[in-house]
Amino acid sequence: MQMQRLLLSTYFLFSPERRTANMAASGGRTVGSFLWKCGNCCFNFNTVSSNLTRQVLSRQLCVSAVLHRKNLAAAGPEKFSEEFIKKQVEEFNIGKRHLANMMGEDPETFTQGDINRSIAYLFPSGLFDKKAKPLMKHPDEDTFTKALAVEKHQDRLRGKDLFTQDAKQISLVGSRWLLKEELEELLVETISEHDYARFIQLMERLLSLPYCSVEEDFVQRYRRQLEIQSSKQQVQPLQYDQHGVAYSTGDGRRKTATGTVLLRDSGSGSISINGTNYVHYFPVLQDREQLMFPLHFMGVLGRFDMQCSVSGGGHSSQAGALRLAISRAMLSFLSEGQVETMRQAGLLTPDPRIKERKKPGQEGARRKFTWKKR
Amino acid sequence: SFENRLAFRWFWLPEPVRPLHGSGCGQQQEAVGMEMRPETFSIFRTQENDPDCQSEQHQGQYYTVPPSHFHTVFPHGLPPRYQQQVKTFNEGCVMVRQPALELISHLKRADYSKPTLRYLLYGVKGSGKTMSLCHTVHYCSTQGWLVLHIPDAHLWVKNCKELLPSSYHASRFDQPIQASNWLRNFRTTNENFLSKIKLRQRYVWTKRESTEEGQPLGELVDMGVSRVKSSSDVVGAVLKELRLQAGGTEGGFRLAVAVDGVNGLWGRTTLKKEDKSPVAPEELTLVHNLRKMINNDWCGGAVIATLSQTGSLYAPSSAYLPQELLGEEGFDSMDPFIPVPVSLYSEKEFESCYLYYLDRHWLQHPHSQTEEGKKELIFLSNRNPSVLERLCAFL
Repeated sequence: MQMQRLLLSTYFLFSPERRTANMAASGGRTVGSFLWKCGNCCFNFNTVSSNLTRQVLSRQLCVSAVLHRKNLAAAGPEKFSEEFIKKQVEEFNIGKRHLANMMGEDPETFTQGDINRSIAYLFPSGLFDKKAKPLMKHPDEDTFTKALAVEKHQDRLRGKDLFTQDAKQISLVGSRWLLKEELEELLVETISEHDYARFIQLMERLLSLPYCSVEEDFVQRYRRQLEIQSSKQQVQPLQYDQHGVAYSTGDGRRKTATGTVLLRDSGSGSISINGTNYVHYFPVLQDREQLMFPLHFMGVLGRFDMQCSVSGGGHSSQAGALRLAISRAMLSFLSEGQVETMRQAGLLTPDPRIKERKKPGQEGARRKFTWKKR
Repeated sequence: SFENRLAFRWFWLPEPVRPLHGSGCGQQQEAVGMEMRPETFSIFRTQENDPDCQSEQHQGQYYTVPPSHFHTVFPHGLPPRYQQQVKTFNEGCVMVRQPALELISHLKRADYSKPTLRYLLYGVKGSGKTMSLCHTVHYCSTQGWLVLHIPDAHLWVKNCKELLPSSYHASRFDQPIQASNWLRNFRTTNENFLSKIKLRQRYVWTKRESTEEGQPLGELVDMGVSRVKSSSDVVGAVLKELRLQAGGTEGGFRLAVAVDGVNGLWGRTTLKKEDKSPVAPEELTLVHNLRKMINNDWCGGAVIATLSQTGSLYAPSSAYLPQELLGEEGFDSMDPFIPVPVSLYSEKEFESCYLYYLDRHWLQHPHSQTEEGKKELIFLSNRNPSVLERLCAFL
């Protein structure tokens, strides 16, 4: 109980702005537990300064800090009520007396200046910012007023039934942040990479705060909509020949091989490439599997008859070109959802890989000449 | 697939005795009354192991070659992949297919007093020509014919290490190894005939060696196997004797000449003489004698040949028609012949093959046992028997 009181008092020793800073918080907790340890055992500080015991203590401190953290999380957000503040004041006074005992001074005549000096002596801090250094102040001085004001405001709103929970979220799906170049264009000034990264960081932080939907317009000004990929596909309508059989054409290219396919419905799954059977044209199993992939994926293996013509490239690239051509020809037979699944399977994307250029001073595109030591 | 089998049972159940005319007659069973049969056999197999009694009823079904026949009838004739399959499955099953049935029906009805008919099996690569040939050879041997089975004529025109100038004819070349191998296999195939047939002529091999008239053929063959140097001439002699005696009324045996890869006899060879000039096929003794055999100037038998692109030399891989593969000379020699086209598996045959592999647990992959997997197999192989076999080999 005593431990909890002391820990809580020192948790609020530090100013609220730095409470979220990890280093300060953990420092505060270690300070609190350290003080507790000192208070219990009436340790002289000089003997504690040996490294071994400090490490032992710090190890134990860390454990208790973890436990303390867990407890806080379970308890929920703090309520800044009047009795709570009174408790804090009591704990501050007790802590002041313990500190005076530790420093060997008279607890009755221990002033705020004395407290500051003792804390600076006990916890020498190399930090430059005054607000980041450890401090111990009376709770009444500017610690809870802000939080109390916020609480009062919320109570008033609740009374008027205007206090709504933050249910509206800005939808960020389907949009992206402005690129650096676009931001530069908007603001008509050059921005460095660090500035841009900081900007994005701040915008993300803004979105993480509650009631961010109030500033939705502001946020949306700096976002761009992404285009839906599948709407870019131009699906040609089905054509019907004289017997009423539906057919469609498609062409595809891969690495200097081009192929065209005429896909006919209500067939038996026969395929002829440049006039010959596909089993003779592609003796390699891999090429035939490439041809099979779009049909098998949509489950229409035996349905279509195909007449293909292909030229250029080698056998693999011809197979790839035909695969793309078949997928494109099949689009007109399929529904929107199936088109989207085909696109996501990568059947409609032309393969951009081409032969890499040979560079001078090297034997090939990547291969270097044989290295000779002498 | 049990439901598949059931469905097919109702579909396929053959009537016991009724002969059916026309081709592809499994479907006609439906119109005939259906009976319930106990499940003693599965759909893709037939109990009819005698090629004589097989008819179009059994088309698409597998029949088992009895193990006793296996080593005598087919010492050297089967395709190597099929031999491996036989060893794996521990049984030799052959599918009854339309080209073989057609051939067998022709052989049954032919008149053997007239000059020999020549049949030519042709088709795309891997469609089953050699297997049909072997099926016919099995039929011939069960009927008691004398079978002259040359496994692959291409083996005689390429990759020969030893070429001896012939003792009999100055400009010709002998191939002792190939000839002796073939004689050995010939001996295994036709054991019972070797003692019955007597020679009608005296053959002199060297100053000391000679075979007298009236000796059984077996002695000649043994001599050819042991004396490797003159084995090619022995082959020539054997062929001549058989040609003379085939249609004869006293001896009374029928001669079946089965040649696989007959287009090799008229093409080019890869062999070279010592002065690096190429050898023409006519200059090889074996080829010369075989060509005489294929001519239809004898009677009392049949010549069954297949074209083969696989082993052929200097032929494009897309060629499978007789004209392309035989060349002008070959076509003129073979003309007139009865062409028998061998096609890829029909739907029924494919189904049968698929069920056979399933039955033998050859298709291990779980997806291949589903309907979708079957569709994929059909697509990838386009119902080509050899392609399907190679595909299933690693599934």
